[in-house]
Amino acid sequence: MAEIKAGLKYTKEHEWIKVEGEKGYVGISDYAQNAMGDIVFVELPEVGQDVSAGGDLCVVESVKGANDVYSPASGKIAEVNEDLEDSPEKINEDPYGSWIALVELSDLSELDGLMNEEAYRSYCEGLE
Amino acid sequence: MLSQEKLIFEKSRKGRVGVSLPRCDVPGAPSTLLPESFRRSEDPSLPEVSEVDVVRHFTNLSQLNFGVDEGFYPLGSCTMKYNPKLNENAARLSGFSNIHPLQAEKTVQGALKLMYDLSTMLCEITGMAGMTLQPAAGAHGELTGVFLIKAYHRRNGDEGTRTKIIVPDSAHGTNPATASVAGYDVVEVASNDRGNVDIEALKAVVGEDTAGMMLTNPNTLGLFEKDILEIAEIVHGAGGLLYYDGANANAILGKIRPGDMGFDVLHLNLHKTFSTPHGGGGPGSGPVGVSRRLLPFLPTPVVVEKGDGYSLDFDLPDSIGKVRSFYGNFGVLVRAYAYIMSMGAEGLLSASENAVLNANYIMKRLEGEFDIPFSDVPCKHEFVISGEKQHAENGVSTLDMAKRLIDHGVHPPTIYFPLIVHEAMMVEPTETEGKETLDRFVDAMIEIAKEAKEKPEIFHDAPYTTVVSRLDETRAARKPVLRWTEDKG
Repeated sequence: MAEIKAGLKYTKEHEWIKVEGEKGYVGISDYAQNAMGDIVFVELPEVGQDVSAGGDLCVVESVKGANDVYSPASGKIAEVNEDLEDSPEKINEDPYGSWIALVELSDLSELDGLMNEEAYRSYCEGLE
Repeated sequence: MLSQEKLIFEKSRKGRVGVSLPRCDVPGAPSTLLPESFRRSEDPSLPEVSEVDVVRHFTNLSQLNFGVDEGFYPLGSCTMKYNPKLNENAARLSGFSNIHPLQAEKTVQGALKLMYDLSTMLCEITGMAGMTLQPAAGAHGELTGVFLIKAYHRRNGDEGTRTKIIVPDSAHGTNPATASVAGYDVVEVASNDRGNVDIEALKAVVGEDTAGMMLTNPNTLGLFEKDILEIAEIVHGAGGLLYYDGANANAILGKIRPGDMGFDVLHLNLHKTFSTPHGGGGPGSGPVGVSRRLLPFLPTPVVVEKGDGYSLDFDLPDSIGKVRSFYGNFGVLVRAYAYIMSMGAEGLLSASENAVLNANYIMKRLEGEFDIPFSDVPCKHEFVISGEKQHAENGVSTLDMAKRLIDHGVHPPTIYFPLIVHEAMMVEPTETEGKETLDRFVDAMIEIAKEAKEKPEIFHDAPYTTVVSRLDETRAARKPVLRWTEDKG
């Protein structure tokens, strides 16, 4: 069973967001990295780029193929994790420690539509 | 013993020469004959090597290659069948290889007749009314076909409302990509638990906004869509057209025709189904066939026959226009023509029957060792193994097993496709392989399943028998170094 971390919000596409004030760190879950297999490339978004809830955030490539990562919430990219350019495998090793982008959130109420730890756990169990 | 070959530039030694050029017999110095702008200011940096250096270099490089002339290549969804050498002889005939597309028609009657006859035969094989030979590959054929669908809706005045193309979730990735490039929105329909199109799900998504549906039959799981007539009725009933992705046509030659299944437009991959070489990027050929109602929109020109011979007809007022310079990859057309003529109708039928027989033989022999979804029904030309069991029990992924196959002398099949099977490995033996080869492959796979159980740790560094083992494929795709540059430092 994939690891699910407390204190984060999750999407059905297996992204997580860790909200800190008006901003949120976004990454992909343990379930997602496991399904993708060895991650070999992360095409990071641009700082300043606008993102919308459910819209494209970036592309993560694994040995199996390319996967779209969607933004859990709307806003503007404030920062990207440049470590992933040279070490994309960090997402496999530590999916919850390897954020992809920091999003300046434009609508905090959007977060209410995301899953908490328990909801995401039963969602993943339903997929097994 | 194979070893990594240095670049020919790295073998260069100043002053070494492998050719002897005759003295220039044009009177006058080059500087007086050529304008300044056409003259080099410095010598080109060509490798300086002897003849034997060149011969050894390229001979050694050729031995690092793997092709269907060396060994088994069961590349699912890609029909890597053997390329009969007779085709090559035909393509090298001077009347085909030493002509130019701008020659006067009366001087290339043989080439035009070949194109005309090939179109006619492909129409007969597929049950279509007309064919263009221009597209240079399968995906190019798809795009041409979807443009034809668009032209049809445009003429009916509902181009603006019919904005969606339906694709099953088992489709080749090119289908949604093609629809998207052609300006359509893609609607995915899920497969049912038998790996076929879910009829109810299809009914739920068709409507007045349906431009068409793209389908492969048999599908990428190697399963025949038995409900095809009902599918055609549903799509046509909604006013859409049905596109046949011909990548899997090797399973149906002489058995059933896409035209009879209700398809309006299709592409064929000559480089798969009709034995012309592919790999290394081409050249391919993806002729597109259409039903009667799409004939007016075919790309120009088409070859026509008049009483006094063959000519190119550019006068098609409703045509979508040209999709490629001149008339397509002509050399590939010659090879496909030679194949069809040498096989005959019975030969093509027996090719399909043997392709299906070979696939089922391998599937049945591997059933005990691997998870094979849907192995309770006969497959067509290919089937999909799931490496889920080895992955879960031994931590050995399908990628690892594919790499290990190389050590067993087999080119790995397609992996991680179709997306609806986890840890997928897609096997297509084709008709040209004998039972001994199939058995060798099965034995290698059984050995690999055993290795996965007993010594999973060996997989991580496989393959061991190649000059290079695991390459950084992503960096190679993203930041390729395509040419040697002189270090002037």
